[in-house]
Amino acid sequence: MPRWFFPASVVCFLMFVASPVLIANAPYEATMGLVQKIFYYHVPSAMTFFVAAFVCGVNSWRYLFGKSAQADRVAAAAAELAVVFGAITLVTGPLWARKSWGVWWQWDVRLTSSLMMWMIFVAYLLVRKYGGAGSEKLAAGLALFGMANVPFVYISVNVWRTIHPTTNVVPTLPVSMGGPFWFCLAAFLLLFVLLLQLRVQLERQRARVDALYLALED
Amino acid sequence: MSAFFRVAWIVLRKDLTVEVRSREVVYTTLFFAVSCVLVFSFALVKEGRAMEDAAAGILWIAIAFAGTLALGRTFERERQAETLRALLLAPADRPAIYVGKLAGIVALLLAAEAILVPLIALLFQASALFSRPFWLGAILLAGTVGYCAVGTLFAAMLIRARSRDVLLPVLLYPITIPVIIAGVRGTAVLLEPQPDVAMVRFWVALLVAFDTVFVTLALWTFEPLMTE
Amino acid sequence: MIPRAGLDFDEIAVEEVSRHFGRRKALSRVSFTARAGSLLGLLGPNGAGKSTLLAILGTLLRPTSGLVRYGARTEADAALRARIGMLGHDLYLYPELTARENLAFFAALYGDRQPAASADRALAQAALADRAHDPVSSFSRGMRQRVALERALIHAPRLLLLDEPFTGLDEASVGALVRRLRDLRGQGAIVVLATHDLDVAEGLFDQVVFIRDGRMVDTMAGSEALRAAYRSVMARARA
Repeated sequence: MPRWFFPASVVCFLMFVASPVLIANAPYEATMGLVQKIFYYHVPSAMTFFVAAFVCGVNSWRYLFGKSAQADRVAAAAAELAVVFGAITLVTGPLWARKSWGVWWQWDVRLTSSLMMWMIFVAYLLVRKYGGAGSEKLAAGLALFGMANVPFVYISVNVWRTIHPTTNVVPTLPVSMGGPFWFCLAAFLLLFVLLLQLRVQLERQRARVDALYLALED
Repeated sequence: MSAFFRVAWIVLRKDLTVEVRSREVVYTTLFFAVSCVLVFSFALVKEGRAMEDAAAGILWIAIAFAGTLALGRTFERERQAETLRALLLAPADRPAIYVGKLAGIVALLLAAEAILVPLIALLFQASALFSRPFWLGAILLAGTVGYCAVGTLFAAMLIRARSRDVLLPVLLYPITIPVIIAGVRGTAVLLEPQPDVAMVRFWVALLVAFDTVFVTLALWTFEPLMTE
Repeated sequence: MIPRAGLDFDEIAVEEVSRHFGRRKALSRVSFTARAGSLLGLLGPNGAGKSTLLAILGTLLRPTSGLVRYGARTEADAALRARIGMLGHDLYLYPELTARENLAFFAALYGDRQPAASADRALAQAALADRAHDPVSSFSRGMRQRVALERALIHAPRLLLLDEPFTGLDEASVGALVRRLRDLRGQGAIVVLATHDLDVAEGLFDQVVFIRDGRMVDTMAGSEALRAAYRSVMARARA
């Protein structure tokens, strides 16, 4: 474990402990009231989801074209985290929507696009688990195709939505609420980095055990 | 450059010859597509009238499902006598093999669509589909190419994988969602009494962009994905 | 004729080639050389790693360590693949196509400008000209083997790799195949053949490599008294 890991974990833990306090003290939003505060977790987790997706995509590219085994490990770890943070986003989104508009799902463009991307990463994990030998390459190819798909998913869902006109359910946050928001975003991103480090370390240990197994046979 | 297209043409011609001889994939895919249409009709037709835009949706679902089947069967054939290995052994450009296979599957699906579209027009009183044949053809062609471009790559990748039958839809459907959206919406516009041609043009343009990006990406990644 | 895209090589050298799949070690530090105009036999029990080694020699698999030298080249590019022919266990033929169509297809794939003529020549060589227009699915194993061999040879490769080619063949077919392999050796090809059939292997090879559990346990020049040699080598390896 690198030296920064333990102190960083402590910091992250403290940040999450402090965040409810900060959120409770943040100003009320006029139209939505208390319920709007779920945004302080919803939006940062969505952003972390996209960061994880991006990390997975970049490392899949490096694995396929650069043949780096480390890149494959990072991609796999990032995909798992993308599924986790994506799940948090997809759960907190409808929770907020239910309280605000009384419906769980509204085909909002961002939420729908996130669902599509989330499914691609679930498929990534399924391929790695059930694809048998050589499934790392398949998964890397899938991640690349998923990344290339992002603009197309967004545009097509957006235009498709206008057929069923609904209000845009994700308004922008006013600046006065910026403080707690950036704090929570920092906490989530730090958590992502820590979990990624942990997961990649696990994979690296696994690879070393395999190498030892092989060396034993010689 | 010409060597590339010569290889693609040889592979395409071989696939078409094999298919014409056995006709297995053509018949089964077609029958499956027609059954699909009927099943969905029973699901979505109430009191003798179909739900709005059901015709367009049913058409593209049938294409997607039939496409998955055709892709699976075509590459299963290459697995039988390990002929894919023989193709990879040859000094032929690997992306050219991909293009040849892609062309074959697109041809197969277009043949299925030639039956499906009139069938759907018949069942859903949707003869308005044929009012703008050029745009209908454009949507079908662009959408089919996009769907098969991704499908051919994934099916080829999965040839040696375990659980390949179920993994192909698992990989294919999320990636091809823009194709389905564009295809269904574009076809639905054509069904309106006064079709908004600008809208159809938009969907066709989106599909063509999708096709360009993903065929290019597939050509790029085919070689590293196929080598062990 | 098919244009010779790459340069020919006079020998292949396998240098400390290893290959593992996850935790399973399929090949471990195998090394040998084979010169032009020789027949090399890979002998070993099932699961020894012979097929894996052939796949690596045919550029279908990359070794996890070590390399294969083809003359002076180590890069597995298209030019190299044009000089290699492989006859796998599964024969690599399209059952729905006729013998002639199969051969013409592969000839064209290897860059032949007159694939139909090459196919006819190959069919004559295999004494199957009368069955040229029958689908391969209607052939017996021996006949399919002959077509598959012609397919592997249609581009006159320098290196010919065969994986268990004698499986399921009758006496006459085995004899015909052996004669063909000897002809190829005479023409300067390098033939690497994996088999566990010791009777056919007797006296056939110029060089034998014994493989067991992915390891090369011994080599032998010539292949006389093969059965006894095989038994003693394998007994030693087990110890």
